[in-house]
Amino acid sequence: MDNEAIVTLIKTNFPEAVIDSSIFRNELTLTIKKESITKIARFLKENRELGFDFLSDLCGVDRVETDGVFEVVYHLYSIYKNHRLRLKVSIPSNEPRISTVTDVWKTANWHEREAYDMFGIKFDDHPDLRKILTPDDFEGYPLRKDYPVDGRQPATLREIYRKDNNEA
Amino acid sequence: MGLESHLGDNILTTTLSTMVNWARKSSLWPMPFGLACCAIEMMAVVASRHDLARFGAEVFRFSPRQSDLMIVAGTLTYKMASVARRIYDQMPEPKWVIAMGACAISGGVFNTYSVVQGLDQVIPVDVYLPGCPPRPEALIHAIMEIQKKIEKESLLNKTTASTVKS
Repeated sequence: MDNEAIVTLIKTNFPEAVIDSSIFRNELTLTIKKESITKIARFLKENRELGFDFLSDLCGVDRVETDGVFEVVYHLYSIYKNHRLRLKVSIPSNEPRISTVTDVWKTANWHEREAYDMFGIKFDDHPDLRKILTPDDFEGYPLRKDYPVDGRQPATLREIYRKDNNEA
Repeated sequence: MGLESHLGDNILTTTLSTMVNWARKSSLWPMPFGLACCAIEMMAVVASRHDLARFGAEVFRFSPRQSDLMIVAGTLTYKMASVARRIYDQMPEPKWVIAMGACAISGGVFNTYSVVQGLDQVIPVDVYLPGCPPRPEALIHAIMEIQKKIEKESLLNKTTASTVKS
């Protein structure tokens, strides 16, 4: 399917959920409402015409300074149809939560954990929403713009230091 | 001519320290701790062109309990730091450490929240090897510096970095 046909198909099925659509360099991007993400995700995967069976990436974006929102971006690919789609969802920065898509694409599990670890975005109904990259006692969300670039937390090494102190 | 003339052609006298240090420096068994691209250069050192076997140090042991030279090659993150320390602690004495590359020395270009700004914050380091990444010849040089250091050691008065309080 070409990009225009994909947009038309999604817009006719979810006229109220699609906020915006754009095509740049033949890449299709849809901005959709936060509430409808689960519905649309399932539709995109299960519709025979679209068949987006592969979530190739899911990530967070910090747009708090300019727009007061976090964004979650879904990169989709259909292995059978060989077409791609990018979904963008804005969520308010004062309450960064959104429904999980792990029940649609299992691979979203770790991607959502990463977005949670880096941006503090909470994914409702995620089966196992734990940190995935930062050390266990790391505090804060390092990819947020208000987190300092060199905000190291030597306290996460305290196991090591404690050992040295015991030896002394 | 002294004691050796009585002992004949086949016996040499030396000090115990010299003998032990010679054995230690001639059969360093490295523990490779590859963390980034520096590890590729470390691998090249063992391969045929540079051939670390010429220095008796080609036996890379992936078990810390059988090694005495830890080569930390690459970017050390806070998450990896405790692992590096644990590996180091598992190595039996005597042991030496090379911090290989700009990242292991100082964090390198990664002045960021996740990167430890120098291996010596976690482990005592004997030789700092700069470069991004250092060429294999440079690593060989670092190992030769370790060998020189071993030569100067005494069995009675041990002065390796591991006994210095970090």
